[in-house]
Amino acid sequence: MDRNEQRKQQYRDYVEQVTPKHNLLKNMAGAFLTGGTICLLGQVILNFCKAQGLDPDVAGSWCSLLLVLGSVILTGFNLYPKIARFGGAGTLVPITGFANSVAAPAIEYQKEGQIFGIGCKIFTIAGPVILYGIITSWGLGLIYWAFGFLRG
Amino acid sequence: MEGGTGKVEEKKKQAEMTGKQSIRFDEAVHLLCAASIAGKKEGEGPLGDRFDQVFEDPFFGKATWEEAESAIQRAALEKVLEKTGMQEKEIRFLFGGDLLGQLIATSFGVKELGIPLFGLYGACSTCGEALCLAAMTVAGGFADHVAVVTSSHFGGAEKQFRFPLEYGNQRPLSATWTVTGAGAFLLGKRGGKVRIPEVTPGKIVDYGVKDSLNMGACMAPAAADTIEQNLKDLKRKPEDYDRIITGDLGYVGKRLLLELLEEKGIRIKEQHMDCGIEIFDQEKQDTHSGGSGCGCSAVTLAALILPKLVSGEWKRVLFVPTGALLSTVSYNEGQSVPGIAHAVVLEHNETGLQQ
Repeated sequence: MDRNEQRKQQYRDYVEQVTPKHNLLKNMAGAFLTGGTICLLGQVILNFCKAQGLDPDVAGSWCSLLLVLGSVILTGFNLYPKIARFGGAGTLVPITGFANSVAAPAIEYQKEGQIFGIGCKIFTIAGPVILYGIITSWGLGLIYWAFGFLRG
Repeated sequence: MEGGTGKVEEKKKQAEMTGKQSIRFDEAVHLLCAASIAGKKEGEGPLGDRFDQVFEDPFFGKATWEEAESAIQRAALEKVLEKTGMQEKEIRFLFGGDLLGQLIATSFGVKELGIPLFGLYGACSTCGEALCLAAMTVAGGFADHVAVVTSSHFGGAEKQFRFPLEYGNQRPLSATWTVTGAGAFLLGKRGGKVRIPEVTPGKIVDYGVKDSLNMGACMAPAAADTIEQNLKDLKRKPEDYDRIITGDLGYVGKRLLLELLEEKGIRIKEQHMDCGIEIFDQEKQDTHSGGSGCGCSAVTLAALILPKLVSGEWKRVLFVPTGALLSTVSYNEGQSVPGIAHAVVLEHNETGLQQ
């Protein structure tokens, strides 16, 4: 490595040192609280639906539906980003985060038209999750099948 | 060619190449007037009451972020003309720029004004680049009056460079907040309270930083290089300037700049100021490292720096807008984020007219 490159590497290391980072513990606490609250809400919906006499599968669908609806409405009123600023991964990981990542581009790109705007760009953020989610589930399915096959 | 060598000599005298990359104008170019228009968040910041206009509606009455930014640019230009009582046709050339792809904020903003246009892209350093070229054009005798306009818009910049606004994510503490606003300036041969005696266009400096959300770190080496070169070329010391004002290094970049220059024995701690730090209240406005964008340095120059030069509170400042030269494509393809910075010397002019 020549001197010049060394100098640049030094600078980059130094940048790493002096760049402030979010407090990890605080972030984790925020994520735990927010994510926990969302999941608690889901549990409440689920239990309520079951108490109404719905079978568990149907109750589960209602739970997902209502959480997604809530997330999309909050996204529409531009409130979801405010929660996410505090909640971080706590808002990202549950199904509400997925709904937000689909609704946000739909709102933003609506101005570029139904086809080239919403149509092409609605999955710009969620696309990778969908693609790699499907591939992963396919892989896991294969493993599951292989194990079943081995056990006879 | 008419006039023979005599005429050529005369032309040559209008400016002088100084040092490695600076230009000293024989007759300083005058900055006659400036206007700034800023968004709601900027209006709530420390400079809020200094802007010529603050607008509440982020769409500025238009349908999209891009149209809004164009309208803001045009409004800033119209404001500067209104202040001086001049008309579009008296402006010989316009130097404009913004952050959007293919410079659409500028193109659509100024298309109806009918002023010959140079569209410029220097990322957030565009205001400095435009002022350098505008001053050179006037000093070279190619125009009597030229205008400069640059803008940025938070919504448009987020959409282009990061995520749609409604998407929930956490911004790292090193990230800057794109300023919504536009600054316009009018330059001429004489009569201004502020003059531009020298400029130092900067070169691209790349230390290989790849984090596009830490632009201060990407641009600090370029700012250090241009400032050092300016001092060297013009044989000045930092004390010769009342302020050395960078564009949008933010808190992270400021620290790095001071240390980079310190290593070379140049101390500018006393003089240094950063537009990105001035424009927002870091604590109250949740803007992390500070403001950024072509609009950041432009509105701060118009609203904060120039009035102090006009009043004579500051006699001479070095204005150094800084730019991070990236696109989402270069970033996704694993390229680093090179920086650039252009320096413009601004001086108080006692004999000028207040406008």
